[in-house]
Amino acid sequence: MAPSFHESYGQDMAIFRARWQWGMLLAFLLVLSLCPLFCSDRILTIMTMIGIAVISVHGLNILTGYCGQISMGHVGFMAVGGYVSAILTAKVGMPFLGALFCGGLAAGVAGLVFGLPSLKIKGFYLIMATIAAHFIIIWVILQLRGLTGGADGMTVPKPQIGGLVFASKASYYYLVMVIACLGTYGAINIVRTRAGRAFVAIRDNDLAAEVMGISLWSYKLQAFFIGCVYAGVAGVLLVHYYSFASVDQFPFMDSVWYLGMLIVGGMGSVAGAILGAVSLKLLDELVTVIGPVLSAAVAAQAAAALALIARGLAIMLFLIFEPRGLAHRWGMVKAYFRMWPFSHEEQE
Amino acid sequence: MTFFLQLVVTGFALGMVYALIAIGFVIILKCSKAFNIAQGHFVLIGGYVGYTFLVTFHLPVWLALLSTMVVASLLGLLVERLALRPLVGQSELAIIMMTIALATVLEGLATLIWGGEYKTYHGVLPTITLKLGQISVPPESLIGVMVSVVAVALLMLLFRYTRIGLAMRATAEDLQVVQSLGISATTVYAVSWVIAAVVGMIGGVLLGGVSGVMIPLAEIGLKAFAVVLLGGVDSVGGAIVAGIMLGVLENVAAGYLDPLLPGGGLAQVFPFAVMIIVLVFRPYGLFGMARIERI
Repeated sequence: MAPSFHESYGQDMAIFRARWQWGMLLAFLLVLSLCPLFCSDRILTIMTMIGIAVISVHGLNILTGYCGQISMGHVGFMAVGGYVSAILTAKVGMPFLGALFCGGLAAGVAGLVFGLPSLKIKGFYLIMATIAAHFIIIWVILQLRGLTGGADGMTVPKPQIGGLVFASKASYYYLVMVIACLGTYGAINIVRTRAGRAFVAIRDNDLAAEVMGISLWSYKLQAFFIGCVYAGVAGVLLVHYYSFASVDQFPFMDSVWYLGMLIVGGMGSVAGAILGAVSLKLLDELVTVIGPVLSAAVAAQAAAALALIARGLAIMLFLIFEPRGLAHRWGMVKAYFRMWPFSHEEQE
Repeated sequence: MTFFLQLVVTGFALGMVYALIAIGFVIILKCSKAFNIAQGHFVLIGGYVGYTFLVTFHLPVWLALLSTMVVASLLGLLVERLALRPLVGQSELAIIMMTIALATVLEGLATLIWGGEYKTYHGVLPTITLKLGQISVPPESLIGVMVSVVAVALLMLLFRYTRIGLAMRATAEDLQVVQSLGISATTVYAVSWVIAAVVGMIGGVLLGGVSGVMIPLAEIGLKAFAVVLLGGVDSVGGAIVAGIMLGVLENVAAGYLDPLLPGGGLAQVFPFAVMIIVLVFRPYGLFGMARIERI
């Protein structure tokens, strides 16, 4: 492919620099929107779950991948969004779009509260604070039995926008995919703004960033807010998908898997967030297919063990052999073919 | 009053379990600056390995403990060599994620080998039951005290009087100086992982003899981090003091406040609430060293 030269700021700032990339995007969106026509319900379910994970991981990516504030309480913030929307739609009777908005907002506010320690601490200490956030949020949900049903959970109506009820698998798939695409579009653009560049500066060295005039107080909290709004929206979609809200849908270990998705995909890359979410979710599906076979062949507990070992090993292997994730590898492959057949190993 | 004292004593027992996990954690952290989330899983594996040696193989107690130590050393070496060494020089998050992934794999292995079932071997180990008036002292606390005291005494001797102990202290101080003096940092890392694994797994065997082993045992590991933070991440003594403090506080608070709260379960979140407060007001803990950061 011929090298392209940018002759204006517009060209330089464009997300897509060539016309064929627009074509690829449109083709991808077309395939995505036609999926329900030729996919089985099972595949649609998997894709819906992947979509929800993508939304959540985008949030975590902005918070952890771009701003460097490691959060292991992401699922807790999803629970906040999910429960707020569940209560608003089931108890108050608010329309779904309003509840979606409020759920995201509530998760963002919760993120602000639990993001406060990040102003003093970082690294391992912040991880511990966010783990604590998860358990405190879940405990509060269990305590508010009148509102949330406590450990029994609560039923939630199917989402409805105007006269349209998202009850079938295909319709819910469209709902999730539209929000996932909007979320991706938002994520790509957030990281290109002034705030996004401030996040990167804070990640690379927060003291240096502060000396350069970046307000840590404001931008760290902004990162927490944005990241948790994404989590909240994903939580809302998760709860409404099952028509049921229960704390069992928000297990602590899922936060760890979301971080794992970031590592597999590549930190600090929007494409990485998508690649990671898709590949780890597909790994899960592979395990659910192989697990029963293995259980029958080896021992009853083999399926449960395989699920844990497969995920753990995937993250371990990526940390050792591909610490910058799939997105980086993808970039290398692209660079290789750009100059093919005169390509050389790219120097890092 | 009896109720209060019973709560205190039971909390003490719990605190000693926390301290056991926290000690192993602090040792690794001191030497290699790696936060080992899998420390609770060492305890879990230790409990199951103890079950295998004591019940399945019918080994005498001393031989079972010795064999567990051998297994623990091998596990520690293996983990350090295969998982942690490739990450030397990587970011903090990479190392933490590695230990989390390690924890998952260990949990998976425990599920695979021992079925993830509740295993107990009551009566195989000699248990000591104490009764002070109307208060019964749970045997966990005595075991916790014993292992912690012995472990800390041995570690003190190791750090003070041996070459490798000196090397470990020096590595904790300044990695670059240590390397330029010709001390092998990788040996130090390996030794620290072996010690942590041995402490954790011996603790697991003793705990298994008292209250049994089950997969959720590993989750105590998460709570033990509150202990580590409260005591100061680089202080072995702090881990013990904070372990006892937190265990007692948690138990007393839960004993008095749980009847007032409809959902109960305060003990589940109490350590985490303490953790947030400590993190906000005293991030380096009670006995930890305050770090000064430079650009």
